[in-house]
Amino acid sequence: MKQSITLGKVTEYVESGAFTSSVKSLGKKTLKFNSKKFLRNIIIPLFSILIFIGVWHLGSRALFNMEADYKIEKALNERGPEAAAEVESCIISGNIACQPNTLPSPVQVWESFQSLIADHKAIRADKRAFVEKTAILNEKRLAEGKEPITYTGRPSFVDQILTSLETVFAGFLLALFIAIPIGVIIGLSPTLRSSFNWLIQIFKPVSPVVWLLLVFMIVKTMTKDSNSDSAFIISFISVGLCSMWATLVNTAMGVSSVDKDYINVARVLKLGSLQKVFKVILPSSLPLIFTGLRITLSVAWMVLIAIELLAQSPGLGSFVWEEFQNGATDSNSKIIVAMFVIGIIGFLLDRIMLTIQNMVSFNKNEGV
Amino acid sequence: MAYLELKNVNKTYGQGKGSTQVLSDINLEIEEGEFVAIVGFTGSGKTTLVNLINGLLEPSSGEVLFKGKPVRGTSHERGVIFQNYSLLPWLSVGQNVYMAVKEAFPKENKQLLHERVKEYVDMVGLTPAYNKRPKELSGGMRQRVAVARALAMNPEMIIMDEPLGALDALTRGNLQDEILNIWSKNKRTALLITNDVDEGIYMADRIIPLKPGPNATLGPEFRIDIERPRDKTELNDNPNFKKTRNAIIEYLMDIGDQRKAISQKEYSLPDISPKGFVA
Repeated sequence: MKQSITLGKVTEYVESGAFTSSVKSLGKKTLKFNSKKFLRNIIIPLFSILIFIGVWHLGSRALFNMEADYKIEKALNERGPEAAAEVESCIISGNIACQPNTLPSPVQVWESFQSLIADHKAIRADKRAFVEKTAILNEKRLAEGKEPITYTGRPSFVDQILTSLETVFAGFLLALFIAIPIGVIIGLSPTLRSSFNWLIQIFKPVSPVVWLLLVFMIVKTMTKDSNSDSAFIISFISVGLCSMWATLVNTAMGVSSVDKDYINVARVLKLGSLQKVFKVILPSSLPLIFTGLRITLSVAWMVLIAIELLAQSPGLGSFVWEEFQNGATDSNSKIIVAMFVIGIIGFLLDRIMLTIQNMVSFNKNEGV
Repeated sequence: MAYLELKNVNKTYGQGKGSTQVLSDINLEIEEGEFVAIVGFTGSGKTTLVNLINGLLEPSSGEVLFKGKPVRGTSHERGVIFQNYSLLPWLSVGQNVYMAVKEAFPKENKQLLHERVKEYVDMVGLTPAYNKRPKELSGGMRQRVAVARALAMNPEMIIMDEPLGALDALTRGNLQDEILNIWSKNKRTALLITNDVDEGIYMADRIIPLKPGPNATLGPEFRIDIERPRDKTELNDNPNFKKTRNAIIEYLMDIGDQRKAISQKEYSLPDISPKGFVA
């Protein structure tokens, strides 16, 4: 009896011990797993960003020193030691007038970003005040049948971002509405495919700048008598024409390479030719079409900057160009701000397209 | 006159020098309500034969007659169950079947069509998976969807191209029974293409071996005189079953050997040795 009791206790002890230890190890395991994930997904990227900023900071300082040395030496050679000392003290004092003009440091860029935001707020407030002030006058003018007075002050940085997005979106839609129908038609007929192939191959590699000039030639004549915003029209059409090729080629490829099994299904079910296109061919080529659209959107965003720059359309491209021409002390850092904004927006656009693409795509062998 | 008739059918792929004759001189007669199995090696042209009968391909010479009329293109009267289920991956189970039903009965109202889809999906036991996509289903379930799709169109003849080839033995057995059930319920004509002799004997009234291609042609038929419904476990002890099975397998093995003998060409190698070769 006694023995059995002790035995029972022992087993109980062993069991509970084993249980707690297994729980502990389990807890440790999940904790370890989480910390590893946390390290990889959050700490390491943050760390790499810090390194990036550090390298940038050091690099910009080295460039700053090189430029400063060059300036001092130049003063020494041209105007003698006194002038050199003057330039040196001027640079050290931080006077804006004589700072070397080179790659801005991260701090300068951050300051420019804040000043751009502040500028945006100021312009918005100004605009609101203007609207309030002219509200009564505009009502009167409208009643008299005249056009209302609109705000014509300069656009803020945020306004320019929005204009750029608008242009890219319009260009993207244009590309979509041209490329997908043509791609489907070309994909369906091998004869048309071979007759259009040379055209696609020739026009695909043409530079955005040339497209812009071509569109400019046409739109300039066509909008001669209207007072529409021709800069916007030119830039969005050029963006669309430059970026549509990826979608065109991918759609044609997707449509022409539909799995033979699906075509057989369509034939056995005796689908009409239109139904065959809409119910079998288009759905099965949707993943490839969306891959094309994703490339199109990223190309559109990339060429947009160059096109806006040349078309004088008020967007990020012209912002960058104006800042470069402007040559103010904070111009360089504003250009870098624009660079980051362009990059981040491009990344976000790509992510949006990727999400949509994942929603519509399916594995090729899923039905088999 | 037979229900389905193939007269001296030849099928050649390609033209001129590069052409290969896959099927030659195929003669076949299937009566209404019959269950015929064609057994052959892989690559012997079975799928080509099926596609000739369902109308996806046209014979190079000879005639395929269905109910006395030559086959021109596909028809809803002949339902096909493909070797690789061929479901549309972007549609759910119900939508896959509905698409077929809608084509087969274009004038019927939608409510009735949906009921018909539900009925057939239920028949193959997939009601719980009605709204699932093919990728969420197992191989056996996908093949059952394909069966439901073919049968929901109410074809007069069912053509099955190795429908169970890719399935495991257990699922295979279950689906064989299901197909037999459906077939015996409304006595449709059925043509089964398979590479499994046991499957053929279990399911069919007649088995016809297809000699391996190129130039594949049909061999002599074997009648299966075993009463229906057949029981798989009892079948193994049935002397009739054993006899037929052995006869068919022996026949197939013989053709296989003949084929090997034909291809035993002697290739003489050139008598050369590499430079600086020291034995």
